[in-house]
Amino acid sequence: MSDIRNMLVETANKILKDFCMKELVMDAEKGIWPQELWNILNETGMTIAGIPEEVGGVGGDVGDALSLLRVAGKYAAPIPLAETFIANWLFSTSGREASTQALTVGPVRKEDQLNFTKIAGGWLVFGKLRDIPWARNVKEIALFGKTEDGKSIVTTVPLENCQINKGVNLAGEPRDEVVLTNIFILDESVAINTQVKEVDYWNISTLTRIVLMAGALEKVLELSVDYSNERSQFGRAIGKFQAIKQQLAVMAGEIVASSTAADSAVEAFCSGKMVNEVAMAKIQVGEASSLVTKIAHQVHGAMGFTDEHPLHLLTRRLWSWRDEYGTESEWAEFLGEQVLANGSENLWPMITSSLVTQKVN
Amino acid sequence: MKTLNLPATTLPDEAEKLRNEIREFLADEMAAGTFEPRCDSWLGSHSAELSEKLGERGWLGMTWPKKYGGHERTSLERFVLTEELLVAGAPVSAHWFADRQTGPLLLNYGTEQQRQTFLPKMAKGQLYFAIGLSEPNSGSDLASISTRAKKIGNKWVINGAKIWSSGAHHAHYMLVLLRTSPLEDGKKYAGLSQIIVDLSSSGVTIRPINLMTGEHHFNEVIFEDVEVSEEMVVGKLGEGWKQSMAELAFERSGPERILSTYPLLQELLVQLEDSSNPHVKNKIGRLVARLWTLRQMSLSVATLLLEGKSPDIEAALVKDLGTAFEKEVIEVTRDLVSVRPSLSSKNRLEVLLAEAILHAPGFTLRGGTTEILRSIISKGLGV
Ligand SMILES: Cc1cc2nc3c(=O)[nH]c(=O)nc-3n(C[C@H](O)[C@H](O)[C@H](O)COP(=O)(O)OP(=O)(O)OC[C@H]3O[C@@H](n4cnc5c(N)ncnc54)[C@H](O)[C@@H]3O)c2cc1C
Repeated sequence: MSDIRNMLVETANKILKDFCMKELVMDAEKGIWPQELWNILNETGMTIAGIPEEVGGVGGDVGDALSLLRVAGKYAAPIPLAETFIANWLFSTSGREASTQALTVGPVRKEDQLNFTKIAGGWLVFGKLRDIPWARNVKEIALFGKTEDGKSIVTTVPLENCQINKGVNLAGEPRDEVVLTNIFILDESVAINTQVKEVDYWNISTLTRIVLMAGALEKVLELSVDYSNERSQFGRAIGKFQAIKQQLAVMAGEIVASSTAADSAVEAFCSGKMVNEVAMAKIQVGEASSLVTKIAHQVHGAMGFTDEHPLHLLTRRLWSWRDEYGTESEWAEFLGEQVLANGSENLWPMITSSLVTQKVN
Repeated sequence: MKTLNLPATTLPDEAEKLRNEIREFLADEMAAGTFEPRCDSWLGSHSAELSEKLGERGWLGMTWPKKYGGHERTSLERFVLTEELLVAGAPVSAHWFADRQTGPLLLNYGTEQQRQTFLPKMAKGQLYFAIGLSEPNSGSDLASISTRAKKIGNKWVINGAKIWSSGAHHAHYMLVLLRTSPLEDGKKYAGLSQIIVDLSSSGVTIRPINLMTGEHHFNEVIFEDVEVSEEMVVGKLGEGWKQSMAELAFERSGPERILSTYPLLQELLVQLEDSSNPHVKNKIGRLVARLWTLRQMSLSVATLLLEGKSPDIEAALVKDLGTAFEKEVIEVTRDLVSVRPSLSSKNRLEVLLAEAILHAPGFTLRGGTTEILRSIISKGLGV
């Protein structure tokens, strides 16, 4: 890790550890927006990390921003840091100024496509976007889509112009439906034919979930080890029982594996040589989340099943995030198809360097 | 709690360049009919010919100093060599232990004379070592061994027996862990030493123990008043436990803990190439994601070791997950194609599947069982 990244991560750790107490996270789930938390992250440049200075960010690369998100995942930070980053990343690739406001972004589901129609002086955008994070809490949504002739398009729309139907994921995080009924956008607020490729948009979005999950998993292990040392039954700490030790070791294996997979996918994305790493990492952290949450709750007994213990702040997020931007099965089918199409002799080259170019079907 | 971490790493260019050379070499050998890909080839496929060829190429003792016949290349280059050999299912068991652990151990602890005597021949692929740790009554509880040596004049006289000695019937020497001073109460790790024994010495009996496949792989090696020169003691007398544990660290998380069934996976893909079944794609996708993850982890451990760190808990993790993956390949194969595993089949997939199934029980036992690894891991976590 570079020194700058280390510093960022350390700062984020300090801030989020102090702020994201259980009460704050649970209040946010009840609908109380943590403005103070957002302000301090803004003041320290955390909300625009990884965005070039030329467009108003604080510099650094995508890897820096994603390592901050990992910390956010660890503390279940109840703010749209991931969405703000994706939105600003979209802006930066289309030469547009970054925003220090909290933002959201869409679509988050591949099936939800927007229609952009050219009219005099601007565009009309039409469509329904499901599961938009934090839509009710922020002023603007960044949109990514395609024109009728297939050019990429990046723009923003004030959410006050949209209809918002509230919804939440398992962790009480806002996942709202945003309905856009022929909203007019001026030409100057639309970037056409940006460098952003659709695949990059989905990959970077998926990466945000991968690192959030890697962070949350790390915390689940910490909590489980602590609990195993603190909780006593039959006259000794439950961590002294072989059965519990074995469970913790299995959990640790999955968590370290997820961490390595997340890191490797981020590196691959940043190096520009990405092939299937995002798919592979999302499958790994998704599968790990299922197993690890099961073990963690088992180890925590009834206490972990209550809202008094912080375990659920992480497990409910993991259960939500594992399905966002593609479930394990969706990614596995995609990946399996590539592997089969590439032929058996190309599997190992893909694993070792990912330098194989994909065969076009 | 100790934080465990295996950061993402990539291989340096020279290692990738070497990879291409190795692939060409192996493709040529396969085309010439030297070998056919086998599962678990590092344990059970012996070819003196291939071992010597690898030696000629400078691919054994790769990281050792030139003055001992080594080639002073990096451990990451050796990592690449190892994974390419295993992926090809090449017969590498003859030199495996000498190259992987005995050689490095002698470099760390051996005398100058021992290094000069053994290392150059190991690097040529002509001298094989067997591992003498387990005994009939000492498996996981290795420190409870009872093979012993008594000093008489300037010789050590050895009595006892080692078991599960892989390839001892091919090996020239065995590095034996034994007691050089009697067990004192509560100090089972003290008084153990490592001595090199020439397996052709009088008093050594090598008794075959066949695997359930009928293959001769294991042996029981019995020592009856075997005399060994005092110059054959490796390292310090009484430090055998520490040295053995360091030796095991060399073997814990290498590619051979992930790739023992790779030839089966590759052959499975050949059969599935035209499949458009979503279930097939799903299963293959998950398996491949896991393989990639594990390989990144193993590479990360290798990189940390090169940087002088000692990621022992992480290495135990990689071995636990890696060996489970080796078994998972079997279940996925059985799930996706309907074939009948058989060593006598004409269908390659059926043969490889049979080999994998019959060798699989050993994957999670050798080099420390899953249960023992998990104890090490949980201790490392601080519970
Ligand atoms: C293919 C293969 C090759 C091998 N090659 C060699 C070789 O070349 N040289 C050599 O010296 N040895 C070799 N071994 C032996 C190997 O090191 C031992 O098999 C291993 O250490 C386990 O010992 P064991 O088989 O006696 O099992 P045991 O120790 O008897 O274990 C039996 C079961 O009990 C469990 N168990 C034991 N203790 C505990 C505990 N404290 N907590 C929880 N569970 C426990 C084990 O996990 C296992 O499930 C080889 C083994 C195999 C399978």
